[in-house]
Amino acid sequence: MSVLIFIDQADGQIKKSSLEAAAYGAKVAEQSGTSAEAIVLGNITDDLTSLGKYGIKKVHTVKDSKLNSLDAQLFTKVIAQAATTTGATVIVLSNNFAGKSVAPRLSVKLKAGLVSGAIALPDTTKGFVVKKSVFSGKAFANIAINTPIKIISLSPNSYSFTAGTGSAEVADFAATIDAPKVQVTATNKVTGEIPLSEAELVVSGGRGLKGPENWGIVLDLAKALGAATACSRPVADADWRPHHEHVGQTGLAIAPNLYIAIGISGAIQHLAGVNRSKVIVVINKDPEAPFFKAADYGIVGDAFEVVPKITAAVKKLKGI
Amino acid sequence: MKILVCISKTPDTTAKIAFTDNNTKFASDGVQWIINPYDEWYALVRAIELKEAAADTVIHLITVATADSEPIIRKALALGGDEAIRVNADSHDSFYIASQIAAIAKEGAYDIIFTGKETIDYNGSSIAGMVAELLDMPYISLATKFDIAGTEATINREIEGGEETDKVALPVVVSCQKGVAEQRIPNMKGIMGARTKPLKVVEPAAVEALTSITSFDLPPAKAGVKLISADTPEELVRLLHDEAKVI
Ligand SMILES: Cc1cc2nc3c(=O)[nH]c(=O)nc-3n(C[C@H](O)[C@H](O)[C@H](O)COP(=O)(O)OP(=O)(O)OC[C@H]3O[C@@H](n4cnc5c(N)ncnc54)[C@H](O)[C@@H]3O)c2cc1C
Ligand SMILES: Nc1ncnc2c1ncn2[C@@H]1O[C@H](COP(=O)(O)O)[C@@H](O)[C@H]1O
Repeated sequence: MSVLIFIDQADGQIKKSSLEAAAYGAKVAEQSGTSAEAIVLGNITDDLTSLGKYGIKKVHTVKDSKLNSLDAQLFTKVIAQAATTTGATVIVLSNNFAGKSVAPRLSVKLKAGLVSGAIALPDTTKGFVVKKSVFSGKAFANIAINTPIKIISLSPNSYSFTAGTGSAEVADFAATIDAPKVQVTATNKVTGEIPLSEAELVVSGGRGLKGPENWGIVLDLAKALGAATACSRPVADADWRPHHEHVGQTGLAIAPNLYIAIGISGAIQHLAGVNRSKVIVVINKDPEAPFFKAADYGIVGDAFEVVPKITAAVKKLKGI
Repeated sequence: MKILVCISKTPDTTAKIAFTDNNTKFASDGVQWIINPYDEWYALVRAIELKEAAADTVIHLITVATADSEPIIRKALALGGDEAIRVNADSHDSFYIASQIAAIAKEGAYDIIFTGKETIDYNGSSIAGMVAELLDMPYISLATKFDIAGTEATINREIEGGEETDKVALPVVVSCQKGVAEQRIPNMKGIMGARTKPLKVVEPAAVEALTSITSFDLPPAKAGVKLISADTPEELVRLLHDEAKVI
């Protein structure tokens, strides 16, 4: 018996969302008195023994360059083999982009019930019940998995974890690997920036900023905080900001520790993507803006005056 | 070219979310149902565009739902599908729904199966991947662009902080989001035509659900906003550091 965690990587480095999945999976293993093992696909430059710090006892690696980029079908076959070999009864993945591709396939392959986007540890007092957010963050559903093998994909930024001590045993896993059917011909991503989906701090701007030329105040605050940037839908639609920054019902759903909304009205469809943020700050010149109802802290004022002062205060706090 | 578009219904984005029967059922009374936005705006519209570019293309729509979803499927037909299939079942188990879709898809030998990115009610983002595995087809998730040349598809999909471009031979299952197409509004001709388009109802295949919803909860109410004067924004920074401890 074991809990098997799928650890995914980009350019040879383990994604932060996968470290979170590792820590979560280790906790599930502890709950059920089994051990946490991980499967890592492709060539990795990170030191895999360090997964021990998150509670992983053993890491199975399949170092095959065919697995360096995502082919969900191929990944599923290899992970299923590892699940069988390790006698996994629970499989944990991050519900990040790779997880969303792989988890449903794995569910079918292993006839294992899946809860996608879990936000808490399973409740095992009566069956195996996993909580997830539904209705775009407006409610939670508790879902029982009724199969012998259970799959949980964890919503990023839902489980708080810290690195401990420990070192994982690393061993090659011999898997049958078919020819990939998906060929990745290009990748185009921002480098050196924190991906929005993994960010703990997010500064976001809306139509209240009037135009792309005014984004400097948002970027300056984000830089001072070490935050990622986001935007409302009309802003992305107007090409003021790139599409991958669009959050909300039809964009990305995020759950950072801090979400600062500048010049965003707080329409229900926008809130749907950010209402699981732990702390929400709203800066809006209209005291009636609906966003204030969902906020923890608010400033009623003109963003162009207020935001640079906040940035200065952050810099002072951090001594930069 | 044969395309299958998966259509689901969801409560309108502004619907009040409440539960009945001891918090085990969604309170659907008075709720306005719409086509799941990702299915309507992106999956369906891209299929229609492909048909406009290659006239011999056939678009079938499928929904796994009870009879009350027929207005939704008629609207989808008004936008542009050729015919629709409704599998007469009511389930929130992704495996159950995917198995129904896969059973129909197997018969139809489709080149492309489009779904939305996720349903905005249960937010599973799971059906497409499950259908693909059931049919042993490749699956590209969260597409932002979809093109075909001959029997090969070129698809952009979202990844952390950007996109990647994938090439894959048909048949393929693709979940669609913003970027794939632009929202359209059905016109009068479409609405009239939709009335006579075939809508076939089939009974579900015997499939066991793998999960079940035991209850729903509503998020705890927010304590209320703490307002800080615009004259002292540095106070906000102090509170975020000392009180909320997030910076
Ligand atoms: C089905 C559907 C899905 C949708 N999905 C999304 C989604 O995913 N994400 C999303 O964001 N929206 C989505 N929308 C759109 C949404 O309903 C709103 O229209 C949108 O969020 C509004 O964007 P905004 O707040 O930037 O702009 P506005 O509503 O125009 O608000 C601008 C705000 O800026 C304030 N402001 C103006 N000047 C200043 C200043 N100098 N200083 C401070 N504040 C100022 C104003 O008081 C106002 O509150 C969706 C809509 C539908 C129907
Ligand atoms: N009951 C259903 N009938 C047909 N298609 C569905 C159904 N439920 C979901 N889908 C499709 O699968 C996509 C993803 O749904 P989900 O995995 O439930 O988030 C949706 O956008 C639809 O295209």
